Amino acid sequence: MKNNKTTFSKYLVSGVAALALTAGLASGASAAENGKFRVGIVTFLSGPAAGPFGVPSANAAKVLVEALNKGELPAPYNKIGINGAEIEAVIIDEAGGATKQVEEYRNLVQRQKVDAVIGYVSSGDCLAVAPVAEELKTFTIAYDCGTSRLFVENSDAQYMFRTGLDASVDNIGAVRYLAATRPDVARLSGIQQNYSWGQDSWADFTAAAAKLLPESEVVEEQFPKIYQGQYGAEISALSVKRPEIVHSSFWGGDMEALVLQANARGLLEDATGLLTCGEASLATYKDQAPNGMIIGARGPFGAFAPENDLNTWFKGAYNAAYDLDPVYPATKMAQAILGLKFAAENAGVADKAIPTADQLAAGLKGASFPSVSGTVEMARGNGHQAMQGIAYGEYHYEDGKASIVNSVAFSGECVTPPEGVSAADWIAQGFPGAQCN
Amino acid sequence: MTSLLAVLIDGSIYASWLFLVAAGLTVIYGVMRILNMAHGSFYAIGAYSAASLVGWYFNNGIGPAWISYLLLVGAALLAGLIVGVIIERGLLRLMYGRDEILMVIITYALLLILEDTMKIVWGVNPYFAYQPYSELGRTSLGLLKVSNYDLSLVGVSAVIGLVLWGLLERTNTGKVLRAVIHDREIAVAMGVNVRLMFTITFVIGTILGALAGALTAPAISVVPGIGIEVIVLAFAVVVIGGLGSIGGAAVGALLVGLSRAAAVHYAPEFELFVIYGVMSLVLAFRPEGLFGRTLARKI
Repeated sequence: MKNNKTTFSKYLVSGVAALALTAGLASGASAAENGKFRVGIVTFLSGPAAGPFGVPSANAAKVLVEALNKGELPAPYNKIGINGAEIEAVIIDEAGGATKQVEEYRNLVQRQKVDAVIGYVSSGDCLAVAPVAEELKTFTIAYDCGTSRLFVENSDAQYMFRTGLDASVDNIGAVRYLAATRPDVARLSGIQQNYSWGQDSWADFTAAAAKLLPESEVVEEQFPKIYQGQYGAEISALSVKRPEIVHSSFWGGDMEALVLQANARGLLEDATGLLTCGEASLATYKDQAPNGMIIGARGPFGAFAPENDLNTWFKGAYNAAYDLDPVYPATKMAQAILGLKFAAENAGVADKAIPTADQLAAGLKGASFPSVSGTVEMARGNGHQAMQGIAYGEYHYEDGKASIVNSVAFSGECVTPPEGVSAADWIAQGFPGAQCN
Repeated sequence: MTSLLAVLIDGSIYASWLFLVAAGLTVIYGVMRILNMAHGSFYAIGAYSAASLVGWYFNNGIGPAWISYLLLVGAALLAGLIVGVIIERGLLRLMYGRDEILMVIITYALLLILEDTMKIVWGVNPYFAYQPYSELGRTSLGLLKVSNYDLSLVGVSAVIGLVLWGLLERTNTGKVLRAVIHDREIAVAMGVNVRLMFTITFVIGTILGALAGALTAPAISVVPGIGIEVIVLAFAVVVIGGLGSIGGAAVGALLVGLSRAAAVHYAPEFELFVIYGVMSLVLAFRPEGLFGRTLARKI
């Protein structure tokens, strides 16, 4: 996801904030020379996407790398480092736009000699980096960006993988949740940030609603500028149309401001909010979001992650380090790192040997690996794209504690288009072959 | 009918916010001829200061809610005063007399420095000060429910506008400031301490920027980058009204606020366009802005 916009802030901070936060700071030596597995981690460390996405992701990476190097993870990830080799993480800032990220990627591969790259929140950055990953033959995992175009435009990708879900899943899942819990809903509305993320999300949501909630109609749609912060007029425009559902793919500060203002003005009392990225701010809404507001986590991540040994360990380790529960971007980063470890240890190389990019790609392509979010099947995008289910639930705040109630999960086969079929076509055809639980 | 009422209310609220943001920018340009790119940072510093102070106040359950409104204003005054004095005395004073374009670059550099400084001080996680916003409740007008805090901003904005107007038009200090605006060299020749006037003006401008941020903080999530976003809007408003004109900023804010609210309700697809459409239209017929003065070039 999401922001492909170059702002003043991105320029200014990118100049000074190419931070190497953990061990392995840019020595320039190749990984093979020091026997360590060097991985580049790219996420937002500055700008508006840093707080909601980048910092939790970078924190998760630090927790994982430190624990992996000590061999502290539960099985099957209890082998030290990656395939026995200590991990060096080079964490850099994603801010600055796609052109800068291509430069940074080349720098990571050609000068910092990383063995693999994990990163990218922005879909624009993912799309820009993917062909470069192929050109430089570098194993790369996109951990968060959601664009459906990633493996459409790079259908013959050899080295690019994505362990997070396609964004169309978010909105198909959202409509399925409405159909399951509020089948009689009739008046839909939406407010989206006015760029590709918001527009694509709304297009997927309305198309899916036309099929799964045929009696419903869209009574209002608003597309304010990203980072606008003030939504007074938009909230009025939505209110006077008396919607039952207000869908939004807002994220970060925009989402928090929208909830705050819409709740204070009664819109979220009269209508039910549906926030596809809502889980990322679970700890910050407090009593300023109404109970019953529907939130998602872009997959089985964050508060929606299932109970298993890996997730129990991850939540405990993250909480011990930062005194916070991991939100969905943190879980997605953890998943990508586990995917890399699985690929390396599934590559059939000798203990402590560092696999080549081709061996890593072969180790992950089409594989199934256990993760903090359950089992991940690399079952789409010719074995390069993860397929998992998605869950939605209702926000509940009581006695100073936020939780999610009335959660409903949908399987991957229920919300993911079949191999080779675009989300738009699959929705338009009425979800042929969907297997829902 | 409800939509028309909503346009008027939403437009007025947005206009009052725009005026708060733009007032400091236009005051500084009017007196000092500095197009201050760092104004958005003053807004952000005000928002962070207010959110920190109000958050601390409520988290510790120190006293009644009405005190938080005083804290909002107090935080802005203090932050604006400190930042304004440091920047004017420590940086701008060394640069006076330089070309206006150079001052734009200097204040842009200042913006970059302040943005990173804020990240060092406050980090990148969001700050909230929502209690003053929700405490005032809301007013129902049929289907429309309006936040009383937002409505009160209209009154606050009007008071600030009147105070600024009174300061410039009805006080001796204002007369001296107007003399500096009219002709700096003659003012110096007449014994006016222009440097002191510059310090006073810059601090007033900084406080106004911080006040705008502080009063906005309860309605938003205070996150990195909020100052960058408002500076473009503030420039649009002051350019429409005429650089340096308080009345122009008020009229510009009202024009933009009402136009944008109308677009949101009747033609949402033009919402982004309408602000700059209004600006282009005004500049096409009055390049100096609605209330700007055409100045003869000195040779």
